[in-house]
Amino acid sequence: MDTTTTPTHGHRPLADGKPIQPLWVRLTHWLNALAVLVLVASGWRIYNAAPFFPFNIPATLTLGGWLGGALQWHFAAMWLLAANGLVYLCSNLFSGRLFAKFLPVSPAGLWHDALAALRGKLSHADPRHYNQVQRFAYLFVMLDIVLLVLSGLVLWKSVQFGLLRELLGGYEFARRIHFVAMALLVAFVAVHLVMVALVPRTLLSMLSAQKVKSV
Amino acid sequence: MKIQVPRILSGIDSGAALHEAKKLIVRRIEQPARRAFLQRSLTLGGLSLLTGCSISDNAGVEAALTRISRFNDAAQGWLFDPNRMAPTYTDAEITRPFPFNAYYGEDEVHVVDEAGYRLEVTGMVADKRRWALPELRAMPQQDQITRHICVEGWSAIGKWGGVRFADFLHRVGADTTAKYVGFKCADDYYTSIDMATALHAQTLLALTYDGQPLPPKYGFPMKLRMPTKLGYKNPKHIQAIFVTNTYTGGYWEDQGYNWFGGS
Repeated sequence: MDTTTTPTHGHRPLADGKPIQPLWVRLTHWLNALAVLVLVASGWRIYNAAPFFPFNIPATLTLGGWLGGALQWHFAAMWLLAANGLVYLCSNLFSGRLFAKFLPVSPAGLWHDALAALRGKLSHADPRHYNQVQRFAYLFVMLDIVLLVLSGLVLWKSVQFGLLRELLGGYEFARRIHFVAMALLVAFVAVHLVMVALVPRTLLSMLSAQKVKSV
Repeated sequence: MKIQVPRILSGIDSGAALHEAKKLIVRRIEQPARRAFLQRSLTLGGLSLLTGCSISDNAGVEAALTRISRFNDAAQGWLFDPNRMAPTYTDAEITRPFPFNAYYGEDEVHVVDEAGYRLEVTGMVADKRRWALPELRAMPQQDQITRHICVEGWSAIGKWGGVRFADFLHRVGADTTAKYVGFKCADDYYTSIDMATALHAQTLLALTYDGQPLPPKYGFPMKLRMPTKLGYKNPKHIQAIFVTNTYTGGYWEDQGYNWFGGS
């Protein structure tokens, strides 16, 4: 098993004086969190107008008060999600951060780190270094949000984005994709929040220009 | 803040007390993750409460959302391609029965008297005469089987026939540089659309449904059928058409639905 990319034991020298998360990462992260919160809560209200599963989302968890209000919130936050997401993806690509932080990720490495995590043997000593489970989860959620935006475009403008509509299996199928991608995003957020609660200093590194400390 | 003054208590084994205290404190500190988790769960609960409460009712928020909705109108107008057609379907794909939808119940459907019906055409048009139903039926007719998409998210495929709206607008000498075409309906519904959509090749003044005259529940004697727009932009029981540069909104649009309502 290849473990050279996943130093789960031992620590590299850490103190380099740079913040753990650069400002643009912290900014785009929280703007994204806000957009996702508004989109999910208003999206649930929109789903309730014509549910295709045998359940409704409890109204108290939804945003907008009624369908028209929910649509207004949804169509406002979609601009924030799309613009902020573009800034995030472009900055990640052009700064090289995408490759440095999230790649490589391999099934073998993922399996190794997942087992280590379940045994409580995964080190969080260096918050700059993402283990294979984290890399997979963050890459997954990036792709999931891209899929949410694409399927959302089909629902918003199904005639104008005809090719995309056909690629996603038609209008009605795109609706299911949009829903399932939302559910996966919510599942990610739930696990993400549990992890933050278990390793609270990751929250601090997302809030302030916290420097890497020697441990 | 109270200042604690350390007191020496006589008759107490300070070593044993210290040991006891350490044990208590350590037990509390050993569960930081658990406590942190509870704290953050509470914050999450606060956020979900926030979404359920009354930020929507705030007038400033409402005004901002309305402004963004108008920005969306502009974005959709810019995205709209007059040469892009909505997909069409076969007879076998028609949704049966086609759902009824209005801002009132099916038992309250408005029935228009055919003999007395006259379509009013006003605003920026050359020919303002009224139209009887046989005159509209005498114009070239078109059929389309297209998907009706409701703002609620469901969709259904139906077959409509009638006069291409662009033909009608040219026939009455409409100023096609005007911004809007508005509609007033016998059931008190009203709406308005952009001129580009009005001139789209698939925009019909529908007189038939599935080869038969429109039944009252689908908008007799005439509805506007646009597969490039959501359901609420397709008015039924149309009584008056007007061409204008003045924004007039619509029944649902005035309550917050996006005005462009494009698909």
